[in-house]
Amino acid sequence: MAVRDDVVNAIAAFSLFADLTGPQLEEVAHLFDESFFGQGERILRQGVSGSGFYIILEGTAGIRVDNVDRSTLKAGDYFGEISCLLGEVPVADIVAETPLRCLVLPATQLEGFLTAHPRIMYRLLQGEARKLKNTTKWLS
Amino acid sequence: MAELGQKPFPPGRYRLIVVGSGPGGLQVSYSLSRLGVDHAVLSDDPAPGGMFRRWPVFQRMLSWTKPFAGVDHGERAYERYDWNSLLSDDQENRAVMPALMDGTSYFPSRPEMQKGLETFAQRTGIRVRHGCRWESTRREGEDFVLTTSDGEYRSRVVVFAVGVAQPYRPPIPGLAAVPHYGDFRPVETYKDRRVFIVGKQNSGFEIATGLLPFARQLVLASPSPTKLSVLTHTLVGVRARYVQPYEDAALAGGVVILDTTIEEVMKDGAGYRVRTRNAAGRELTVAADDVIAATGFVTPLRDLPALGVATFGQSRLPAQTPFWESATVPGIFFAGTITQGAAGLKKHGIPSNSGAVQGYRYNARVLARHLAETKFDVLATRERMDAETLVPYLLEQVSHGPELWHQRAYLARVIDLDRDAGITNEGIVPLQAFLDSGGGDAVAATLESNGQGNPYPVVYVRNAGSIAEHPMPPHELLDFTGAEYREQLRGLLEPVLSGAASPA
Repeated sequence: MAVRDDVVNAIAAFSLFADLTGPQLEEVAHLFDESFFGQGERILRQGVSGSGFYIILEGTAGIRVDNVDRSTLKAGDYFGEISCLLGEVPVADIVAETPLRCLVLPATQLEGFLTAHPRIMYRLLQGEARKLKNTTKWLS
Repeated sequence: MAELGQKPFPPGRYRLIVVGSGPGGLQVSYSLSRLGVDHAVLSDDPAPGGMFRRWPVFQRMLSWTKPFAGVDHGERAYERYDWNSLLSDDQENRAVMPALMDGTSYFPSRPEMQKGLETFAQRTGIRVRHGCRWESTRREGEDFVLTTSDGEYRSRVVVFAVGVAQPYRPPIPGLAAVPHYGDFRPVETYKDRRVFIVGKQNSGFEIATGLLPFARQLVLASPSPTKLSVLTHTLVGVRARYVQPYEDAALAGGVVILDTTIEEVMKDGAGYRVRTRNAAGRELTVAADDVIAATGFVTPLRDLPALGVATFGQSRLPAQTPFWESATVPGIFFAGTITQGAAGLKKHGIPSNSGAVQGYRYNARVLARHLAETKFDVLATRERMDAETLVPYLLEQVSHGPELWHQRAYLARVIDLDRDAGITNEGIVPLQAFLDSGGGDAVAATLESNGQGNPYPVVYVRNAGSIAEHPMPPHELLDFTGAEYREQLRGLLEPVLSGAASPA
């Protein structure tokens, strides 16, 4: 265990955690693991089970579907929540475009985490609504 | 071992340098030698053994060696039950540990572990330049230059096996002044004292367990709740050996376990006052006679970060490729417990066992072959197989292959299924490398866990460039050699072997 000041400072600026107090941010920093991915490394693999919920601390990552790049994720963005929530395999690859630092929570812990932190659940729901809106725009 | 005055590996240029003589350094050196790759091994320590020359504090390992497993100690399959011996290709140097243990516990004592590592090094003829301290590192062209207490060493390839045992204290006001796990005093000196332990992982619970017959009050505190290995079904969490303080707390026997942030540690006369605040905002100040920081360890990488080696996480582990090369400085590799920095897929949130001997000993062997083949043009032998033996062979591996049992969803048995070149046993390969590096038709077999029940085999079939994942059912007795498994695996492999399109 440790107080990870750099992580706490980074996530304090993320919209997902905008409603949390200092000790709550520290608790979150401890619940998640930190991962590092080299440039070009895959984080999620389309069709492979057992992935988690990731929040980008530093760097950018690309969303790739059937080997076609779709869009880019940056610090404060998150991914993997859809396969965690639905219990299904990811429908896209996520690939580190630069060296990438992330926080990660295993899929099995996401439900407990969100129900214990309703304000984070609300912020996540807002994020999903935004994604849905963008997809709807893109389709129309 | 070399006599005094005949230290091996004087300063100079070497094809490859290994730094460290703990289990990781010894295993990689042994495996390199078996492949005929010349190298130097340098170590600051006076003898082999690494951190097991000092720790664990209470002088007993957390990893077991089961003497009676129904498998001959010289067999490869015995490694599944013996977490503490290093790996040898020769039967006579396998399973060094059970022969050295006194039989009172299946967890070896620390001195037994140290003796086991020294015995392995001696019997297999591993040469180490002891008392040679790596001090700094620089680049000169393609060379890494290591400055040591004995002079300068140069090589294009360096393997650092220097452990993760440098005490770490988080930046909590006042914590820098309290003793760390590594500074633990003789246990009797804690008699009738109130001890506050910062940290709720194995090192904190190990100390708490040892102090149960001595301390008046024990408080263990850290922000997030304790996990227990018996509930996570993995090595994540506090191991069963150290759960007694948890039961004491649950039954209100005097141990207190707090999920709280430590705000400040203040000196108060001869003792301390520890100010805490939990996630609900409640403040609590606890008086204690002793405070111990069981707050973990960092990787002693010295000036490697200045050379560009990226690190991450609380342990400041170097970020690594699936073959344990620095993700940011090619030519720098790692062995031993540091290889936990190459996290692999961490499927279902479960880490590899690369942090412990039973896991990283296999990483070291895979690394040695990788280095031999990619840096020194030494091609390891690969066995040809025929189609009829493929299915029983793979089922035997997922039932008894120790690499797959100890490194679940991390190391895989890979078989190339080239219809023209024939079926070739590629050996043990990091699963991530198999999934991400592309290649011809092949199958990778692993054992995996999802943190809930028994482990189960998973087969990844690469057919015409695309990979499909096929989990197989778990088995109550962990035996995957039966007819239902044969039938399922045959069905999965048949399309590749016959050249049909992938069923996925």
